Amino acid sequence: MKNETHPMENYLRMDRIPHIWCPGCGIGLAVTALVSAIEKANLDLNKLCVVSGIGCTGRVAGYIKLDSFHTTHGRAIPFATGIKLANPELKLIVVSGDGDLISIGGNHFIHAARRNIDMVVICVNNFIYAMTGGQVAPTTPSPAYTTTSPYGNFEPSSNVPQIAESAGAVYVARWTALHIRRLTNSILEALNKPGFSVVEVISPCAQYYSRINRLGDGMDMMKFYHDNSEIKHFEPTDNLSIGYQKEITVGKFVDRERPTYTESFQKWLKK
Amino acid sequence: MRANPRDVRTGILYIDGDVAAAEGALAAGCKFVGGYPITPSTEAAEAFVRRAPQVGAMFIQMEDELGSISAVMGASLSGKKSMTITSGPGFSLMMETIGFGAMLEIPFVIINIQRGGPSTGVPTKTGQADMMQARWGSQGDYEVITLSPDSPQESFDFTIKAFNLAEKYRVPVMLMSDECVGHMTEKVVVPEADKIEIEPRRLYKGPKDKYVPFKPDKDLVPPMVKAGDGYKLYLSALTHNERGYPTQNIKNSSSRRLIDKIRLNADDIIEIKEEGLEDAEVVVVSYGITSRVAFRAIEQARKLGIKVGNLRLVTVWPFPDKKITELSKKVKGFVVPEINYGQVVFEVERCVHGNANIILVPHGGASVHNPNDILTAIKTIVKDKKRYDGILEFKTELELRIFGSGDNK
Repeated sequence: MKNETHPMENYLRMDRIPHIWCPGCGIGLAVTALVSAIEKANLDLNKLCVVSGIGCTGRVAGYIKLDSFHTTHGRAIPFATGIKLANPELKLIVVSGDGDLISIGGNHFIHAARRNIDMVVICVNNFIYAMTGGQVAPTTPSPAYTTTSPYGNFEPSSNVPQIAESAGAVYVARWTALHIRRLTNSILEALNKPGFSVVEVISPCAQYYSRINRLGDGMDMMKFYHDNSEIKHFEPTDNLSIGYQKEITVGKFVDRERPTYTESFQKWLKK
Repeated sequence: MRANPRDVRTGILYIDGDVAAAEGALAAGCKFVGGYPITPSTEAAEAFVRRAPQVGAMFIQMEDELGSISAVMGASLSGKKSMTITSGPGFSLMMETIGFGAMLEIPFVIINIQRGGPSTGVPTKTGQADMMQARWGSQGDYEVITLSPDSPQESFDFTIKAFNLAEKYRVPVMLMSDECVGHMTEKVVVPEADKIEIEPRRLYKGPKDKYVPFKPDKDLVPPMVKAGDGYKLYLSALTHNERGYPTQNIKNSSSRRLIDKIRLNADDIIEIKEEGLEDAEVVVVSYGITSRVAFRAIEQARKLGIKVGNLRLVTVWPFPDKKITELSKKVKGFVVPEINYGQVVFEVERCVHGNANIILVPHGGASVHNPNDILTAIKTIVKDKKRYDGILEFKTELELRIFGSGDNK
């Protein structure tokens, strides 16, 4: 009998598998991309920390075998900020959802980007609050149905790359859960780039978002991404709003240099 | 362990209670403050950040109090002694993360310079109405430790004590100061560094592969590791077992221990200052700035020949249950002045078990009590023969004129 082990065993807490994510969910793919990027980045695993907030994506920290922290709702970024400032040699990866990072944690997102704190933020955007059963989110496109927009969502939605760029992020990319190889490369680039990097991952929520909107299962969502994603590197971020079942522009949009918080602080200390 | 001379501004200083708290934090080895400006606590943050570069400490002014307390959690897990400084509205915003800190047993200190409330209240004036919030403001069951200073000297001393207790018990410790103490400038004696006892971080010393994050020592407190030390630490504020993994089996979780590590160690934690209790017929129970005001009333009552005992709560939480119960069997009654409409007095009532009379001397905030009110309450206890039905609420002469006497004598 062959005794094969999971190829990512060194990076995952195998004693916590099976994970809690539903069939057809894209978060596992985001984790796969993250782990592959970490593997390729050849970083000291003892100096990497993963911080998550609350929600489906908030559970990521619990499955990755690094120093990992499952914090309160919306506070993954300031928590990671504290870790980083108290020990600047650590590399921080924040993995959380759109609701956690852009809604309840939106203020922290903006200010961490402004300060250019050295961390990689992976924002898994499934357009909905999934852990709580599919409520409307600031990222929900109009007029999608959710349990708290049962007659369709009339609010305009947040454009994550645009917020990230305007707040000061040095690296901004977006991929869907289908673009696993390109997503991995983007996370790898972000890991190697000092400063505040944001990688948005458009991810299918096959249980809530696609069911209530009758968009099929996870595979149908992936087919939709396949047919409707267009790669446009360095597209101006104000063109990146996502409409309901409209084309999704993906790619790397921002890659620029700014002094990080730690660099600025060290320079200021010397003065 | 002794304090580092670099961190301690040894000498006789003339500073206010806010600055004294910052000096206390520095002396205790605090190396990280995440803060957000709020009256009347800002002087503490300003004092800390001025000295921070000299002692290798870090200050960051976060975007809000939710951010500042979260950054404090992260910094503490990175191994730095950490605190935040705030007042009522900011304290309210921090509540969720205080519960997070209690749940994950993260050592940290909060300086709360209380102001008049509720809501925006009287930002520039005093209050003591956050006492119950300090105890139970976050959801769920947990225990904290609070310390109430009545002077800049105690702000300094108790902030050091706060850090020591936080590290020893891995628990949120709050310095429940107030605007009056915070803005009161007095002499503060800062001892030499080798006279200041410092509790170091309780670090795990066993083999790396045997580390179990929430496996407690005999005193129910588990040792810690730092982020970045290669332990592949996983912490979640979901109800968790010793391993740190989520569980719905409460019996197997740390829930009970979070309570027990404080309750069963209460004798070690509780500090009270008592005087004249041996033959007292009336005991004044007070804390923080109110203790100083009450002292005037106690002196006057003693001049009148009344035997008054003075019981000052340094730690309001955990509450000195046993001491109050023991006293209640010997005295006629208790007078409890506090700058709120009754919070700690209910704890006194719980421990008195109907053995003695209790008068609450409330105060709405924005200033301190008139000592005469406390004196009148003391006299009332001595005079009254009958047992009150519950707590008697004292009304000032002004209130009596407006609202009538009610039950009051």
